[in-house]
Parts: sequence; C-alpha cells; structure tokens
Amino acid sequence: MSNYFKVIRPGINSTFQDLGRFGLQHLGIVASGCMDQLSFCISNKLVGNKISEGALEFAYQGPLLELVGDSVLVAISGKVNFNIIKKSGETIQGTSNESFNISDGDQIDILSTLNSVYGYFSILGGFKLKEVKGSVSTLVRANIGPNKGDKLKSTDKIFFNRSSKKDKTKKIQVEFEQDNIIRVMQGLQIHYFSKKSQEDFFSNEYKITKLTDRMGMRLEGVKLQNIINKNIKSEGITKGSIQVPGDGQPIILLSDHPTIGGYPKIANVITADYDKLVQKTPGTIIKFKLVNLAVAENAFQDYVRKF
Amino acid sequence: MLKKISNIGDCGITCDFGDEVNKNTNKEVIKLFNFIKESVNSRKIKGILNYTPSYNKLIINFELGQIKSNEIIEFIKSSDYSKINLPENTKILEIPICYDEEFALDIKRLEEKTKLNFKEIVSKHLETNFFVYMIGFVPGQPFLGDLSENLYHDRLDTPRIKINKGSVGIVEKFCTIYTFESPGGWNIIGRTPFELFNINKKNISILSPGDTIKFKSITKEQFFSFKNE
Repeated sequence: MSNYFKVIRPGINSTFQDLGRFGLQHLGIVASGCMDQLSFCISNKLVGNKISEGALEFAYQGPLLELVGDSVLVAISGKVNFNIIKKSGETIQGTSNESFNISDGDQIDILSTLNSVYGYFSILGGFKLKEVKGSVSTLVRANIGPNKGDKLKSTDKIFFNRSSKKDKTKKIQVEFEQDNIIRVMQGLQIHYFSKKSQEDFFSNEYKITKLTDRMGMRLEGVKLQNIINKNIKSEGITKGSIQVPGDGQPIILLSDHPTIGGYPKIANVITADYDKLVQKTPGTIIKFKLVNLAVAENAFQDYVRKF
Repeated sequence: MLKKISNIGDCGITCDFGDEVNKNTNKEVIKLFNFIKESVNSRKIKGILNYTPSYNKLIINFELGQIKSNEIIEFIKSSDYSKINLPENTKILEIPICYDEEFALDIKRLEEKTKLNFKEIVSKHLETNFFVYMIGFVPGQPFLGDLSENLYHDRLDTPRIKINKGSVGIVEKFCTIYTFESPGGWNIIGRTPFELFNINKKNISILSPGDTIKFKSITKEQFFSFKNE
C-alpha cells in the first residue's frame, strides 16, 4: 500500500528545502535552502531525522494535508497555529515543536504562523524527494529542485520514506528571540554613503515592507544618500547583504538572492541574527546594530549551541 | 593582481583585483577562482560553500562552523595561484544566433544610434571572440565581452517586462544571452535556439567563467528546426 499525503490546500508558499545547494553560484545558482535554519533543524530533530533531511517549509498560511496510509510520526516547528483533524471528525489543536503520530485519514491543517513567517513540517524517515545537484532545496524562480522545482499545488501527493525506526514523540523547548535588533557588519561599499546616512542607517528604525519574500526584504525608512555612484560593477552576492538602490531604501538579500548584483551594499547581517530577521513579518520595525567580526564570530558560537 | 581581501559579513570574503573591467583583470580573477575550485574539489580546504567570480572580484562564501575568514585569507596569501596558467583557449564554442527581425527587437534603433547598417552590426558581432567574464544573476546567464567599440550602447531607458529565453542582448562593451524568460534592459539583437543551461544535465552549464565563444549566424528555418542534444 502506498503511503502519502494528499494536498488538499497547498498554502501560500510551501516548498521543500534543506540546508542548501552549494558550489554552483559561479554558474548562477544560488544556494537557496531553508530560511530559518534553527527551526528547520528542530523539525528534523523532533522526528529523529538527521538535521539536514529535507522538510516542507511554509510561509504565513501552510498546507492542509491528509494522510493516506499507515500511521507516522511527524512534527511542525516554528510558531505555528495548526489543527489535527482526526478521521472521526474530532479536531485537536496542535502544538508546534512537539512531534506527534497521525493515522490514515487524519488531516493536518496548518492555519498560520503566529507573529512570524516560516514554519517547517517533517516526517520520520524523511520525504521521498529527488535530489537536484546534491540538494532537495527548491528555487521556484528557476524551477530547480524537487516537485519540478515548484511550490506545492493542490493536486500534489507527498510521498515519504517508511522508516523501520520507531521514534517516540518528543518536545523541544524553543526560546524565540523577541527583540527587533539585527546585528550587522559594515558592507563593502559603506563609504558610498554620506557620513550622515551611515549614522542614519545605524540609529534609525526601518520598517519591513510587504515586498518581502525568499529573495529579499525591502525596507522603508530614512532615505540613504549615495555620494559616489548608485551602481557598482556587478559582483557576487552574499546572503544577508543589505544593498541600497538609487531610491535610497535598503533591501536585505535573502536565501534566494540573485547570484550577482550591481547595487552598493551598506551592511551585512551576521549569521547569528539571520533566522531572527527572516521571521519578522511585514510591518515590523527593526533596528540595525553595527558589530565587528569578532563579535559576529562569538555570536555564532552562541547560536550553534542552540542546535 | 589581487589588491585587497575584505570580509563580507562573517561568512564571506571578497578578493578585489582593482577597478578595471577588462580581460586581463578578469583572467586574474578566474585564476584564483580555478585555484579555489580545485582546492575545494581536492579537499585541500574545507568549509567553502560557494566561489563566485565577477568582472574584477571573487567572492568566497564559507560555513562559519567549519572555517573562519582569517584561515581562508591565510590560505590564499600563502599560495602562488597567480603562477598557474589558465588553460589556453582550449576551444572556441560556436553559438548559433538568428538575427531575423522577429528576434532582433532593437537592431533598428541601433542602426540609427551607431550609424551602422544591419549588415555591419551583424558582421561586427559575428567577428568578435567573446570572453566569458562571469555567469549569473539568473542560472547560466553569461556576461560576454568585449564588443566592437562601434556597437557600444546604453541600456534601455525602460526595461522590457518580458524578454524571451535565448535572446541575445548588448549593453556598453558587453553581450549577454538570456537563459530564462525574464525582464531586462539590454538591446536585443537576435536569439539563439541553443540551450546553454539545463539543471537536469550532468554538465548543467555549457559555459564556465573564462571560456571563449563566437556567434554563428543561422536562418529562421535553421532556428526553428534546431535540436538541442
């Protein structure tokens, strides 16, 4: 008997992701991968998978899935409001960051992420996904990845591996960082901006706009004045770079960023604060704090201890 | 020559070869790119995730849990990669192009601006050996140079919302081939049926930074009957 999830509602932007596809940026292929690495890894840990196993990432509203087949251990990580609708019709409110068993005919209805953007759905043994160049991450823009490189659609079936391993349900206490301070290091072209604009950037608040997705996050705030050149010679892009196009409003480049770009960069988000940043919803006011490499590397040590 | 290495955040570095955009500068970039790629493949260095050459820079991204920027900088400084010779233009790849007016959306305007006629524009484009400076923005899209000076032209004032896959465009001294349907502001002079990028093939990108190509004119009939392997 084949076991799969029937996709009744796909959600807004549900894609399979892992930790990323590397070694191809020189051919124009960005690493992609899960937006919030910590939450992604937690969803795998909850079901006893290796932390890099592919999981289903959803944003805002997630999918409504129905299990066809034998009962399985699954988990949802992040801050997520979801229901488990039993075959009998009984509805149980789900708890994220805690694994649970579901049976044939049960549905999981991922209603929304709570005051956050991304959540993850994992299953014991992992999903049956076709690797593309060593990764199951999806880059929808170029149709690269499993599920024909596309978002989940309502006609899809999600197949998974049957694991002989029996894993117990477990719970992981997750402390979500609540503050809105994002630590950054100086960008390569910080000197392209007036002294006043540099000060403005680090002392003023910026609002996250609705023009935000896996590729980038557009901000709105004090206009930054470029005093050298609004363009640079196109150069390779790094995740977390904050570029400032001619209109003076910053854009933070996220996991699906273009591989090269020609706008000057004022700052770069440090690795330890990236997960926190991507979970901020449009409308949130954030503030940047300038740190040096030593602080960023120390912050990273604290960050990895959470895994 | 490598002028400066700087950090980009805590998990990237940029190797800066100066402000000039020309083949000689780019060849130095490609040498370091080849060296890093080879060092990663032969496991001489760990934790490198990506290495992205552009006109005058090489950006290296790494996994902070595996290696730190000072170790990579030390690795580069202690190596003599610049003595490595680039493989001499092993082969010049020929890329078919059809200049039919259905595809060459901007050639009329270029005729006016450059004071060259259609035939002259085409022959200048065909006689150039193009060097692949870099690949990217979107998967597989090559940035080629250098065009014949008479063809130098600015970007469109208003970029097109949709440019067809395979379209060949020029801006300033550069030429590009759109590998995906996308918006764009380049002056379109023709289209190729040749598939430069396919993620499902073993060799996903026909071109690599540092390669040399030449265009070969084909008719509209040849364009439509062209079969990619």
